[in-house]
Parts: sequence; structure tokens; C-alpha cells
Amino acid sequence: MQSFTQLTATAVPLRAENVDTDQIIPARYLTAVTKEGMGEGCFAAWRYLHDGSLDEDHVLNRPHHQGAEILLAGRNFGSGSSREHAVWALTDYGFRVVISPGFADIFHNNSLKNGLLPVTLPHHIVEMMHDLVEEQPDTTITVDLEAQVVSLPDGQEFSFHIDSYRKACLLDGLDDLGYLLSRSADIAAYEAATQAA
Amino acid sequence: MTSNDKPRTLFEKVWDTHVVLQDKGAPAVLYIDTHLVHEVTSPQAFATLRERGLPVHRPDRTFATMDHAIPTRNVDITLWPSDAANQVRTLRENCKDFGVTLFDINGPVQGIVHVVGPEMGITQPGTTIVCGDSHTSTHGAFGALAFGIGTSEVGHVLATQCLLQDRPKTFAITVDGELGTGVTAKDVILAIIAKNGAAGGRGHVFEYRGNAIERMSMANRMTICNMSIEGGARAGMIAPDDTTFDYLRGRPYAPQGEAWDRAVARWRTLKTDEGATFDRELFLDANALHPMVTYGTNPGQGVPVTGCVPTVDELEEPAERRSLLSALDYMGLREGQPMAGQPVDIVFIGSCTNSRIEDLREAAAIVSGKRVADDVWAIVVPGSKEVKAQAEAEGLDRIFAEAGFEWRGAGCSMCLAMNDDKAGAGKYVASTSNRNFQGRQGPGARSLLMSPIMAAAAAVNGRVVDVREML
Ligand code: SF4
Repeated sequence: MQSFTQLTATAVPLRAENVDTDQIIPARYLTAVTKEGMGEGCFAAWRYLHDGSLDEDHVLNRPHHQGAEILLAGRNFGSGSSREHAVWALTDYGFRVVISPGFADIFHNNSLKNGLLPVTLPHHIVEMMHDLVEEQPDTTITVDLEAQVVSLPDGQEFSFHIDSYRKACLLDGLDDLGYLLSRSADIAAYEAATQAA
Repeated sequence: MTSNDKPRTLFEKVWDTHVVLQDKGAPAVLYIDTHLVHEVTSPQAFATLRERGLPVHRPDRTFATMDHAIPTRNVDITLWPSDAANQVRTLRENCKDFGVTLFDINGPVQGIVHVVGPEMGITQPGTTIVCGDSHTSTHGAFGALAFGIGTSEVGHVLATQCLLQDRPKTFAITVDGELGTGVTAKDVILAIIAKNGAAGGRGHVFEYRGNAIERMSMANRMTICNMSIEGGARAGMIAPDDTTFDYLRGRPYAPQGEAWDRAVARWRTLKTDEGATFDRELFLDANALHPMVTYGTNPGQGVPVTGCVPTVDELEEPAERRSLLSALDYMGLREGQPMAGQPVDIVFIGSCTNSRIEDLREAAAIVSGKRVADDVWAIVVPGSKEVKAQAEAEGLDRIFAEAGFEWRGAGCSMCLAMNDDKAGAGKYVASTSNRNFQGRQGPGARSLLMSPIMAAAAAVNGRVVDVREML
């Protein structure tokens, strides 16, 4: 897993609530048996018109948001399907952080397993960031995982919560499988005890 | 009272017996009894095992089928789209190499993973069940703790039979009273989500209780638990009772003989104890419910069929207003428009929410002797081969065919439009599935979620009608 420490980058303001994983990556892009190249399908129904051409008007396609590594989202981001392809699509597209007032549970879990940092901040603060970035698209936002702080160029700082285990995993780029395998003796003991019962 | 006899909820009883260990500051290591696998979310997980040279830890507790990508017209795999064929071949190879039981489309048992698990008796009370699919919540109808996981987690369970999980909070949803004629389990869950919101259950496990739930069949309980995820919860549970045991008795993977009696005795202890408390609660009066229809692009945007699309003025918050306007823009519906009378182009009866034999019987009774309206394309997709065979034995396939429905093979089909069962851009779909997301049933398609009898009524009328007028 790619580690995450600190990032200073521009953001895309995606002002919609309940953005589901079918929007992040439509089902027709799920036919692969590998993880590569999912960015092509990222928000495909929004970035492309029905005839397959780029929708120049969509916020994701505007020139000054190209290369943005932070996605500003609305409430309940990543609801719906458990497809991890949604996270693979976002990271392959180039996002490293999603800032939202709230994430759907499975999406939140999936992000943490792929080095995509989900940052939860209060609704009014995220709304303020949307306003700011809509007005000044070149605004850079800094996300510091070690300090658990998001900061804006004017010096405003907002702290966010993440549990210590997940923070350590992200900082070091470690995945859960290593941890689970290291506890195999406990798992075997549990199996022996419950099967005897 | 010691901590051991502190009253506990159904969820707590199942959770507590499955925690292998919990390190300080880390999520719990949760043991998974049953792992269900399908072709779309598993290939990358098996690839991880191959890369690391790991076996599947409990192939005897891992069961696979194929449902999402497969065509539902009965055709030879050599004629399938190459992507779907590749996913199916990959699943076959993985199951063979790792010793996992596969319910293959070429065999007698196959269908939507959440229909096949229960009908094989694999789904059992008090167990933990996961699958790389969010509607794993369906299995909670049996008093199991069942939830969807991502592909990384599929790999964790394959390799260790365990997952790292934060303990969710508990949320009691009590439905008391008598459902009126024509009001179904689907209407109950759509009403719950409309009331509590699409994100209202986040971080929680629902427990559905109350006398309206207790009277429901297993098919209806599965419909309710299925859409827990649409209410934002990872899982939904219902305490097992005689209805549950009667359903499971004699199924292929259910315990037999003395083991069955011991299992039932254990399962009877899984009820929430008197005096146990929940983190949150919600009450719903079954008597007050009507058939429901969704008008928007998330499952919380639903109203009684007797009602109207809301207006922006009814909403206070700017973000909610924006949501409504963008949903109506996509759906091509007007603020304040009555739901009844809305024309439909396509009717889809199927999906893990409503494709069981009971659903098909009820829908068939509505269309029997009638014709699908001109210009409406209507399909019925049974949830499994077993459902299909049973329906054919009862002559339901003929009733549907004579009315003008297409009768298909088992699979997810137009629920997620991964195969050629797709709705065209701008088309209105009266659908018994669970998600009305933009483009879910085909790029640009507009889904109106409803019960099987409401969808059947829409098919013969060519528009949304209150099915109670036909009963
Ligand atoms: S029927 Fe639909 S919701 Fe159910 S498993 Fe298949 S795609 Fe998912």
C-alpha cells in the first residue's frame, strides 16, 4: 500500500450529496480481473456525454482543476455498492485525499486499505471549503496526517480524527493482511476452542 | 448482576462470540464463519493470495457462485461478451485451484449469491457471514451478522478467515401493527429509509423487531434486511424464530439429525434480552403505511404512491435543496407532481431484494390474464435456478409469458446493468431492485423503486398506479 504522510495540493469541489459508488465507477467498468487502469471509468457518466465526448462543463473537466489531488465531497460520500473499484478509480485518477462531512462505512474502510485518506470535517467547514475553491480554484490545501490537521493558505486549521491503528498503517504503508497473518496462532486457538464446543 | 448476565442485544451476542482478539487502539479481529464469493469482486483478492503464496484458510467455509456479470438469456459461454466470460473463467480457475465450492451456471444450483446462500441452508443463525457485495445484509434475516466487504477484505478472509472491524453501534427499528392489503415488506423498508435517510444508519447495525416483522415470512424478512445498506447501515438483523427454523430444516447445508436439534436450541437463545438497550431507536406504525415509490436518485427519496414529489420549499437546508433539484433534473420529474400516473417504459422484476418465489407468485397474480401495456418492455429474472424451476413447476412462467413478459435465467441482470439487460437513456424503469442511483440500470436510465406487485401493476397499466385499485 502507498504510504501517506503529508500533501499540499489543489482540490476539486464536487458539490453533491450521497455520491454513490455507481457514480464513482459505473458497473460497466467492473469487468476487469485486475486493478489497473480504473481511472478511465472514474465518474465516467459525469465526465463524458452520451456520445462519448468529454463534457467540458463538468467541474472535473475544467482546466484549472486538472491535476487536483484532493476531492471535496458532500455528505454520505461513497454510499451504495461495496466495490473497491471505486477507490481504485479515484486513486488511479490521481486523488490522494477525499474531504467530506461523512463517508459511507464500506467506502471508508476500502479507502484506508488503499492509501486514499478519507478526512471527515463538519458540514459547515466543508461547505466553506467548497465556496473557497469555487472562487479561487488555485487554492492549495494541506493535509497533514501525522498532526491530523487540514490547513488553508490563510492559516485556518481544522483537526480531524483517525484511530491510531489506521493512522500508523497509512503512515507506514502497511496493510491489514500482514497484521492478521501475524495473529494466526490466536486465530487457530479460537478455531480449536469454538469447534470443540 | 455480573457483566456476563448483563442483558445483550442479538447483535452483541453474535459479535461477542466472534471476537478472536482485540489489541488496544486497533479494530477487533473478527472471525468469519461463512464467506460467499462472486465473479466480480473476487479476482483481485485471489490474485493477492497467489502473489503471496497463501492458501484459502477455510475452503470448507467458502462458497462461490456467478451472478453479476453473466447474461440471463440462456446462451453458450462462447457467445458471451468476452469480459463476462473472462470473469467466469477466472472464478472457475480460482475455485478449482483453491478448493472452493462453486455453484456454477453449468450446474443445477446457481443464482444471485444472496438468494442461493439461504436456499442452500448455508446462511445460519448466529453466524458471521461476509461477501464482497453490500447486499450481504440480506442474510441478517436469519439472525446472522452479515455484511458486505471490499476486495482487500475478501483477500483477508480468504487468507485468514478473519477481518479487522470496528464494533458498530446498535439501532432498533420496531415495526408494530398490521400491514394493509397491497402493502408489502418492500414498502416497509422503503418507508424506513425515507424516514431515516439514506445515511441514517451509518456506523450502526439495525435490528428489525416488532409484531409486523415477527409475522413476516423469511422471503419478506430478507427483503427488509437486504436494503439495510440503502439505509446506511452495514447490516440488519432479525431474531431467529420458528419461521426461520421451518425455512432452514432439511436444506442441503443445514445441520441434520441430532445436530439440528442442538443447533435450534442454541439459535433460540439469540433473541435480544429483556432490558437490553440500543444506541438508537426508531418506531414505525405498520397500519399507517402505503405502497411506496421512489422519485429520486437515492433510495431515501421515496413517497407513498398516493403522494407527490416533494417541493424545494418543503426543504430547509441548501444542500438538501440542491440534492432534490439535481435528482429531479436527472429523473425528468417535476416538484409536486403526483407519483400515480407517471408513465413507465420498462418493468424489471428481479434482484436480491425481490426475486424469490413468493415475490414472483404475488406479481404473477396481478398480471394473470392481463397484458403488458403497449410499448412497455417487461422482464422477470428469477433469483436462482431453484426459484426458476419452482416457478415453472407452478406455471408462473406461462402466466408471465402470456402477459408479455420475458422470462429469463437467474442472475443480477438489470439491477446493475453489467450485462446486456440495460435500460436506455431517459427510460423510466419500474424496478423491484434496491438502487435508483443515476445510471444504475443503464447509462441515463431513470429507476422508480417499488414492490413486485406495484411493478406488476405498472407493467399492465404502462404507468405507476396504486396496486390496491387492482386487488
Ligand atoms: S441483484 Fe443487484 S443488488 Fe443484488 S447482488 Fe446482484 S447486483 Fe447486487
